[in-house]
Amino acid sequence: MATATKEEIFSKVQEALVDALGVEDEEVTPEATLQGDLDAESIDFLDIVFRLEKAFDIKIERGELFPEDILTSTDYVEEGRVNSAGIAKLRERMPFADLSKFERDPVVQKLGQQLTVRDMCNFVEHKLSAAA
Amino acid sequence: MRWFWLDRFTEFTSGTRATAVKCVALSEEHLHDHWPFYPVMPNTLIAEGMAQAGGLLVSEFYRFSELVVLAKFSKCTFSGLARPGDVLTYRAVVDQAKDAGASVMVTAHVGERRQAEAEIFFARLDADSQDLPKGTRLFDPNHLYHWLKLVGVFDVGTRPDGTRLRPEDYGFPSLTFDL
Repeated sequence: MATATKEEIFSKVQEALVDALGVEDEEVTPEATLQGDLDAESIDFLDIVFRLEKAFDIKIERGELFPEDILTSTDYVEEGRVNSAGIAKLRERMPFADLSKFERDPVVQKLGQQLTVRDMCNFVEHKLSAAA
Repeated sequence: MRWFWLDRFTEFTSGTRATAVKCVALSEEHLHDHWPFYPVMPNTLIAEGMAQAGGLLVSEFYRFSELVVLAKFSKCTFSGLARPGDVLTYRAVVDQAKDAGASVMVTAHVGERRQAEAEIFFARLDADSQDLPKGTRLFDPNHLYHWLKLVGVFDVGTRPDGTRLRPEDYGFPSLTFDL
């Protein structure tokens, strides 16, 4: 699976999201946000992780896809906003995600709301290339 | 009414699989409340039985010491009806499990006929979470042990290597009466 094309990755991510979230294929576009457009709730993320692990034969550690430990740390969050050290940590932990929009208004709750299907595909691609 | 939606386990293999039965009886009030003049076991309660079979299997995986809650049915389909005199057989198989939760595939059969199948997701809550009141627990240990005894978990339960599951291995308090 380490040689999967972007299309193959998207197709499997799409299937995982359709199964986990009960949405239609056509709703799962690269631009769709997981929480905003596809109505993913926090409990769905673990379900999605299970499906991605199975589909791509990879292991995903807790907090790897969504670094909740950073978002709940007083070292990185002040008054509900991620501070500059937290942003740096997020960049380090989430090289697969486009954080530019979040960085302009780093309210903790917005990170999950802005995570897209494309970010998830990039995450899988990142995992597969690391495993290759 | 007591919220017991399976009668007895007939197989319980730690962290792996479990089989339980539920006898549908005309004396159960809910059969008469669902469709007047045509008593059936409501599918919602079959789903509850499937969740109890899978949930106890997952709870044992976490040593009956963690907060394990039903998070969602990712899939659930029903076919046919379960009627008085039928015996529902629930078969639960752990699909994936990790520290944060587990997914379990559960089927319900009446004889050879598949009555229902579901993919059920259980979450293990962090007892130290700031979202939960300190000391939160889902069951009083006595009540949980009572339930496990009633449904025969320790009568049939084994580890994958075949050794028996014993109540004392989970730190359950001693009961002062035999059930």
